[in-house]
Amino acid sequence: MIILFYLSSGLFLGWSLGANDAANVFGTAVGSRMIRFKTAAIVASIFVILGAVIQGAGASHTLGKLGSVSTLAAAFTVALSAALTVFWMTRLRLPVSTSQAIVGAIIGWNFYTDNPTNLSILTKIVSTWISGPILGAIFAVLLFIIIRRLNRKTKVHILYRHSYIKFGLLTVGAFGAYSLGANNIANVMGVFTNAVNLPTIDLGFVSIDSTQQLFLIGGIAIAVGIITYSKHVMETVGNTLMPLTPDAAIVVVLSQAMVLFIFSSTSLSNAIQSIGLPAIPLVPVSSSQVVIGAIIGIGLYKGGKEIKYNILGSISLGWIATPIVAGVLAFFMLFFVNNVFKQNVGSDRIIENRLKVVHGELVEVESASDTLILNKPKIAETVAEVETTQENEIKEDISNTSAILFWIESLLLLSLIALLFYFFWLRKKKVGKLELKLKLLEEKQLLKVESLKKRLEEKSLHQENLGKELKFRQNEMVTMAMSIIRKNEFLDNLKKEVVKIKSNVKDGETRASLNRLSLMITQDLSIDRDREKFQLLINEQNNNFIQRLCEAYPGLTDNEKRLIALLRLNLSSKEIASILNISPKSVEMNRYRLRKKLKVDPKVNLNDFIRDF
Amino acid sequence: MSVLFKNVKQLVFDIDNFIDTVEQGTLVFKEGVVNYLNGEKASFADKIHRIDKLEATADNLQRKIDNQFYRHSILPQNVSDIESMLDKIDELIDISKDNLYQFDDELPFVPKELVNDYIRLADSSCEAALTCFPAARTFFREPLKVRDMLVKVYFYEKETDKIARNIKRKLFHDMPDLRLSEKIHLRYFTLHIETISDKAESLADMLSILALKMSI
Repeated sequence: MIILFYLSSGLFLGWSLGANDAANVFGTAVGSRMIRFKTAAIVASIFVILGAVIQGAGASHTLGKLGSVSTLAAAFTVALSAALTVFWMTRLRLPVSTSQAIVGAIIGWNFYTDNPTNLSILTKIVSTWISGPILGAIFAVLLFIIIRRLNRKTKVHILYRHSYIKFGLLTVGAFGAYSLGANNIANVMGVFTNAVNLPTIDLGFVSIDSTQQLFLIGGIAIAVGIITYSKHVMETVGNTLMPLTPDAAIVVVLSQAMVLFIFSSTSLSNAIQSIGLPAIPLVPVSSSQVVIGAIIGIGLYKGGKEIKYNILGSISLGWIATPIVAGVLAFFMLFFVNNVFKQNVGSDRIIENRLKVVHGELVEVESASDTLILNKPKIAETVAEVETTQENEIKEDISNTSAILFWIESLLLLSLIALLFYFFWLRKKKVGKLELKLKLLEEKQLLKVESLKKRLEEKSLHQENLGKELKFRQNEMVTMAMSIIRKNEFLDNLKKEVVKIKSNVKDGETRASLNRLSLMITQDLSIDRDREKFQLLINEQNNNFIQRLCEAYPGLTDNEKRLIALLRLNLSSKEIASILNISPKSVEMNRYRLRKKLKVDPKVNLNDFIRDF
Repeated sequence: MSVLFKNVKQLVFDIDNFIDTVEQGTLVFKEGVVNYLNGEKASFADKIHRIDKLEATADNLQRKIDNQFYRHSILPQNVSDIESMLDKIDELIDISKDNLYQFDDELPFVPKELVNDYIRLADSSCEAALTCFPAARTFFREPLKVRDMLVKVYFYEKETDKIARNIKRKLFHDMPDLRLSEKIHLRYFTLHIETISDKAESLADMLSILALKMSI
């Protein structure tokens, strides 16, 4: 149980690796709906576990050479610091790789325990971080050229081609997942291999040793990461670097799988060595960075227009920042675990190393005195006494110094943690406040917009109603005006006819009758009840308008007001003349006068001026 | 392996079958117009019956193809393009059927002087469509060759335009004995036949773009 607790940090690292890096293998296939997520997740999980158990030892061995983390607590702390670095840097959207984080954390452990860091191994590891993406790019270009030529030469139906691509994506994805498990399991469980010793399980046909059991557990953690969280990553991350076609996706995944396979296959390395070439360094490589290398390779082959070159800078930043952050974090966490929880993180090596130095000095003294003094046994006794005393003194000295150091460093660490927490709390609070403010503002704005919309709708509806009513009234008035005009025209014509008949009639009585008739028509034309009714209606309708007009122009006469009301109905001069029973010329004259009185600009139409008033 | 590609095999078969059906429909239309112009009523009725059946088969096949594409998630990135292309192919048989029915319903009077012109018009217009079908089949196998095959479509489309213009000119310039209503009626039928080559041209445009898209 306690082992499981200690392994939890590694399992967390495995989970995050599965959640993030499975997208490198099946991201395009799932994103473009060529393969269902369910299928991809099952295949990836199975092959990741297989790769981890069968071929995970090589890269793990190299990590062990960099620093063999000897205790469970130390392994837990190293893995946890790497996991936290990955988690924290991912949250800050900084480029990060589990491989670089774990290497940094191991170096942090080396520093803390005074363990020398093997520089040649470190150089080997760092060189693969650079050569990995470059190799990925080379493989990608070569594979891309081959696939393109194949596509051009073969006359395959595009639907069959789609099926081959689908099948290819699945197969290559399985190989990619296998290589991912083989190469990256060292990041997840590599630090635990020296600290945990499990009994070998013999299944009859195969036996699983302690390391393989650890890798199996790590592989399962990666698989859980793939199943539980990688879908989200696959769907959201997508083609952030460059849009990929399914063919290109096969090339990228295959290149990545090949690079990861090369850097984790012991048998391939041995085969290369057997033909006299230098061994391949078996090192955990960042799958994301190899994928980026492969995509850039294809992009460069295509002309390099689609590539976002700033991503190269971010990879370099990842190379430097990730190990440093992980190393510093591991150092402090080891100190904390060692001194606060009193767990052995391998720091007894400090004493061992110092004792080795003391022993060396004493041996030198012994050999020097050998030549001067003959009483060797006595000297030996004295030396032994001195040795014991010095040893005790040194141990006491070290324990005293450690106690003081412990308190000072604890205080420093606590204050650093408190400071960090305060900083994060402050930031969170600030962000929370800002978010709340933004939310409130958004809500307020939304409400405002809604109320404005409502008011606008109400107003437009009201205006529409008013417009309808106005139009109706205007139509009513125009109809009435037109009937008056027609009636007046009729009467006028009738009067003319009567006058014509009268000139031809000699009979006096008839002439008198016709005179009476003509008079009646004239009277009807001048005293027209319809006209009066019309006038009343106009006054009623234009009450507000006339009032406003009178306020602006106090000197307006009744006739002018009447003319304005008729002009507002958009009636022509001839029509107005008929209604008012005056000649059109008089209407024109009145219009001219009115224009002068209202001080209307010569460029503006009088009707428009009145309508817009 | 054959189990893996079972769905695709069926889909490829259905697409080929669909194109064949539309091709047959275009040929039946051409023959139907000739039958009508020559006054072969029985043959014309047979053509109407055949084109009706072919159109229904094409519609069923298109629906089946749609289903297969989406159900088995085949070519998800290009499915909408291929669907639009199949729609355009289907339009050819739809228009052919409608046109033939219009001949049957409206019984346009075609003067003897114009019979040959109308036969040439139908021939040229259908030829434009018929040269599209091999291009559509090639699109699925060798997209790069499609553009070369479409040159003929544009040629026949232009030829059809010329013939149609000639017919209209003859109708309105050289045939004073024909009533205006008859002229206008025949003008509409010229337009109907011409539509097939126009649709073929639009299909050719789409094919060339899609072929380019697929070859990138």
